[in-house]
Amino acid sequence: MSIADELSTAEQTDTRRLRICRCKRGDGGEHFDEFEVPVGPHTTLLDALLWIQRHLDPTLAVRHSCLHASCGVCGVQVNGREELACVCELRDHADQITVEPLANLAVLTDLVVDMRPFYAHFPEQHPIIRTSELVAGAAAREGLGTFVRLEDCIECGLCVSACPIAATSHEYVGPAALVAAERLLEEPRGAEPEDVLRWADRPDCAWRCHVGMECSRVCPAQALPAERIMALRRKLIFDGQRGKGARR
Amino acid sequence: MSGQADTAAPAAPAAQGATVAMPAGPTELPGAIERELPGPVHHKGPGPAPSGWLDPRGRGLGARAFALHRLTGIALVFYLYVHLGILSMLLVGKAAWGSFLGVVTATGFLAFDVLLIFGLLFHGLNGIRVALVGSGFVVSRQGALFWAGTAIGSCALVFAALHVFGAFS
Repeated sequence: MSIADELSTAEQTDTRRLRICRCKRGDGGEHFDEFEVPVGPHTTLLDALLWIQRHLDPTLAVRHSCLHASCGVCGVQVNGREELACVCELRDHADQITVEPLANLAVLTDLVVDMRPFYAHFPEQHPIIRTSELVAGAAAREGLGTFVRLEDCIECGLCVSACPIAATSHEYVGPAALVAAERLLEEPRGAEPEDVLRWADRPDCAWRCHVGMECSRVCPAQALPAERIMALRRKLIFDGQRGKGARR
Repeated sequence: MSGQADTAAPAAPAAQGATVAMPAGPTELPGAIERELPGPVHHKGPGPAPSGWLDPRGRGLGARAFALHRLTGIALVFYLYVHLGILSMLLVGKAAWGSFLGVVTATGFLAFDVLLIFGLLFHGLNGIRVALVGSGFVVSRQGALFWAGTAIGSCALVFAALHVFGAFS
């Protein structure tokens, strides 16, 4: 149900005050603007941001696409926690909600960040666009509880924003890139596993993680980045690759 | 004016209704330079940019443990130097050392000892958790490992505090 539909129902008497971080290049830094928005039973943050664009401030910049947590482009911080705006229901939050762009990535404008450094950190062998192998309705094989698909990483960047280590070093490649590397080791698809391990063994890769576990906590696709980073480290330790990396 | 624009003074206002031609020679697309400029990086946390790791808003157990681990680590390094400085007082003489002991064994000052023991216990026990999980062991049980360390550390801290304040003497 869109917010326009909700406005016509009797249930939408509730409101929320959105405190939105604004940043336009040349305006001399960030500031916060406040907007009051009507909230229905299923109003999402993205609904509210688009409503503000239409009714209150057309200059508010928001990036979105699929509206159902599949494309991963509408990531923002909601009261300091990373979420996808399209599935963040406002009824779950208090009266005042602070909305900020993702941290640790350069802001292009308002809530839109530059994702180019995020992708630049991925291992060279990783194909950024790949075909999903998901077979609808496929039954798990005998002995398997369920299928695990690492393609579930939607490359939204929430993990990089949440990671306390990424906050201290822009050289750190971040959880998503390490998950991609671990996935490559599971299914190389032409990539050379030793090259991937050598890539992951660099100082700003797998060993920079300090087990904050925030990436797994905020991942909207349940790709378990922290667990995958630890699996990658195990491979580095037990495959005897430690020390062979291209150290700087 | 078409085709006769003065390229040496592009900022000059055009006459009303006139068409100003592009300058001669290669030129960049409008906005290309501005798009390449790096924007500001939005950071969590108070103070300067690298303080994002300290921001507790919306954080879970792991990140808060990481922040406290860092803080206790910094405090322990600071204490190490203070400790070495204090030991150097032995060079001054027995009288100076004796009067100093009188200060540090006062009840109020002993609370700092308990704080120090807390830092040591937290940093040590959480360090074991980070080393185990960071090496790929018990990753799925890292939360339970934290609480187990907290339980052990709390018991040890209570015992140490009682000992520091002379409950067993």
